[in-house]
Amino acid sequence: MKLIINGEEKTFTQEKINISDLLTIESVDQPDMVSIQLNEEFLRKPDYATTWLKEGDVVDFLYFMGGGQ
Amino acid sequence: MTLFTDEALERYSRHIILEDIGIEGQEKIFNASVLIIGAGGLGSPIALYLAAAGVGRIGIVDGDVVDLSNLQRQVIHTTADIGTPKVVSAKQKMLAINPSIQVDDYHTMLSAENIESIIAPYDFIIDGTDNFAAKFLINDACVLLSKPYSHGGILRFAGQTMTIYPGQSACYACAFNAPPPPGLVPTCSSAGILGAVAGMLGTIQAAEALKYFTGVGSLLTDTLLRFDAKTMAFQRAKFKKNPRCRVCADPQKISLTDYEQPLCELKNHA
Repeated sequence: MKLIINGEEKTFTQEKINISDLLTIESVDQPDMVSIQLNEEFLRKPDYATTWLKEGDVVDFLYFMGGGQ
Repeated sequence: MTLFTDEALERYSRHIILEDIGIEGQEKIFNASVLIIGAGGLGSPIALYLAAAGVGRIGIVDGDVVDLSNLQRQVIHTTADIGTPKVVSAKQKMLAINPSIQVDDYHTMLSAENIESIIAPYDFIIDGTDNFAAKFLINDACVLLSKPYSHGGILRFAGQTMTIYPGQSACYACAFNAPPPPGLVPTCSSAGILGAVAGMLGTIQAAEALKYFTGVGSLLTDTLLRFDAKTMAFQRAKFKKNPRCRVCADPQKISLTDYEQPLCELKNHA
């Protein structure tokens, strides 16, 4: 299945992927430091495991970035 | 008929010559007021460029004094300023660049108690703070008071920014909801920051403020612009106002309270 992850098209061999799986596949080591958008809608953390992806879905990982000084 | 003197026409000539700005745009910039929160890595280039641009009134907030470890990136401060309050050091440079502007310095830490009265007089707010407690508090206060503002964050070789137009565009909490668990959070002091990255992001934020006042182009509203200086890849993530947003879905319900802050960050709090 093809997904658009942070603007880049990626092909996945898995047949079924939910958001929790995607975090593992994409090696996001601190899921608490990321906010996830699926097709321009933000997801709630409790829904990650039950949100299944389909062909062409657009997923954005937005990372917390707290520096400034 | 312009209010500008010959000296001002000469000083701002490279703005005025821009078709999108002209004398009218430069007057808008001069009549503008901006509050910069944090006089550090982001605040330094923001303050320098907005002072040079002739923003008529600039407020700057920071509770810290200049430290030797700041000078690698906080380019408004010099070696001779070590030990001086950052806002005093910053104001001095801003007025040296442009004596015709007003600079208000607030040598204080921003808190739920003082934020409303500090931001109230300004038309546009810029977040140049270094911690999530301050970033979320600024978002709450700007949404509550309907103040457009620029959010900025930097880490190691990366930076990201978005412009928030309360009531019209998504807010910071639409995207990030609430501060991440304390302890997980890497900051500049614990993770490091390439000095020039602060300059890259700060100048983007300054440009957004000038675009807001002159109406030039389109703002980074509903858009998170992020870049990685390692590859110099810039990317925009578009998003929409979150109808379930904890903060902006019902601004009347906002009550300003301080967010919990990891202890290790307290000493560098803006």
